[in-house]
Amino acid sequence: MTEREKRNNIMGYLFISPWLIGFFIFILFPIVASFFLAFTRYDVLSPPRWIGIGNWLRLLEDRRYHNSLRATFYYVFTAVPLRLIFALLVAMLLKPPTRATSIYTGIYYLPSLIGGSVAVAIMWRQIFGVDGLINFILKNVGIEGINWLGNPRTAIWTLIILAVWQFGSPMLIFLAGLRQIPESLYEAASIDGAREWTQFTKITLPMLSPVILFNLIMQIINGFMVFTQAYIITGGAPLDTTLFYSLYLYQKAFQSFDMGYASAMAWVLLVIIAFFTLLAFKSSKFWVYYESEEV
Amino acid sequence: MARRNRGWNIIYHVLMLVLGIVMIYPVLWMVSSSFKEHADIFASMGTLIPPKFTIENYKEGWKGFGNVTFATFFKNSFIVAGIGTIGTVISSALVAYGFARIPFKGRDLWFAAMMMTLMLPFQVQIIPQYIMFNKLNWINTFYPLIVPKFFGSAFFIFLIMQFIRGLPLELDEAAEIDGAGKFGIFWWIILPSIKPALITASLFSFYWTWDDFLGPLLYLNQATLYTVSLALKNFADPTAVTNWGAVFAMSVLSLIPVLLIFIFFQKYLTEGIATTGIKG
Repeated sequence: MTEREKRNNIMGYLFISPWLIGFFIFILFPIVASFFLAFTRYDVLSPPRWIGIGNWLRLLEDRRYHNSLRATFYYVFTAVPLRLIFALLVAMLLKPPTRATSIYTGIYYLPSLIGGSVAVAIMWRQIFGVDGLINFILKNVGIEGINWLGNPRTAIWTLIILAVWQFGSPMLIFLAGLRQIPESLYEAASIDGAREWTQFTKITLPMLSPVILFNLIMQIINGFMVFTQAYIITGGAPLDTTLFYSLYLYQKAFQSFDMGYASAMAWVLLVIIAFFTLLAFKSSKFWVYYESEEV
Repeated sequence: MARRNRGWNIIYHVLMLVLGIVMIYPVLWMVSSSFKEHADIFASMGTLIPPKFTIENYKEGWKGFGNVTFATFFKNSFIVAGIGTIGTVISSALVAYGFARIPFKGRDLWFAAMMMTLMLPFQVQIIPQYIMFNKLNWINTFYPLIVPKFFGSAFFIFLIMQFIRGLPLELDEAAEIDGAGKFGIFWWIILPSIKPALITASLFSFYWTWDDFLGPLLYLNQATLYTVSLALKNFADPTAVTNWGAVFAMSVLSLIPVLLIFIFFQKYLTEGIATTGIKG
């Protein structure tokens, strides 16, 4: 038996070695390194210089950094709930697995598939541009359009709409969850005279709550990391209202080569994301329903 | 639907169709604009059917910029996405088998570590990674985009693991009795049975790498090395006068590989998302 165990240990590590080596080189080492860089001034050309908590103090005073925090939080806490509510609503309408619903599912999923691309970001910039599609349609019905991307109140909403437009992937996850809820529960509830709304709040939501938790966590994490769309569509303008965290970090690290400062920013982001992930997990015992202890 | 009456059915389908049209209208509009003449792109913006059909935009756009054509950009994207995908899928399958089927010491710990990395913001890694690749003189090469892929990807490892766990253990045991080693079992028993998972992983890997923008933006500064996504961004530079027809034409072309995957392998994509919950 010990011979077999020994062999299993060797073979096990052999098989996972690609990931294990990659984990140390491309993940663990960079995380530790960025923590140390966060206490230095480093511009790539000259060696890093230790400045203690200098970068962290700068974070407290940097107005643009505060703007980027505000923009990011605003985006995450509007785009994520809107996207999830939309995804759930549409998933419920698509629940019966028929030929028609599978076609609709495909159509609604398409924007999610291409939404992260540069092509769609460029398209979005055109659609909301001064001479863009939206203003053209508005003009035809007699409304004077505005500069959607240049107006500090509307610019971030073009990005939020882009995010909601891509509700397809959480929709698919909700759909898979919905179809696993036993039909017998609904039948029993109907016999007992429960109305559709009661069925929704007493059966659908509790049965779906683990999937909602999963979607919520994944969407929050992704929401904090959005980069490409803001970089191409608004570039952070106007007045930093769309200066998302990743965008400002990119500007600091790779345009100003202020790598120590950017590393401190990256670590704060790590803490923010860890905090919200943990919050979602911790709160889950109050609202997530697990059918049984197994699984 | 609890109440199956005809009226409700009609309302339902009208609603779903309208939503569907709203969802894909922007894409159809871009495709149609790419076939319009310059003047018509703005003059007849609302119509989906080009007043005068032309492929001039594609000819113009294909020329690219700085004496580099889109043929180069597409070639670069195919190299990066193609090699990257092969590397990711092979390495992820090996690792998935190790985690799913071999009981070794420390397995649970490493598996937990791997799942944790799924939640890690890439921002904490990119700066040291950049410094590292810079020290290796890998800036302006494809290595930073390709080499890390050969070390497996947590998403795909998890996806393939889920699939391996569904296979009956008896197969492994029978092969072991016949004298097959772990690698033999992996090669002869597991690999042929997990083809659907490998296809799903390949599709996602290809399409994510194809779409990737930040990686090329950080590591490629020469037009001859640009991938399609980076080239498009430079092609549509808002500070210069933009030839929208050509930009739309190249944008449409850049979406074609992803759309082909969608049309021919939709089942793999949607099932992949549903079973593992990976982002789309």
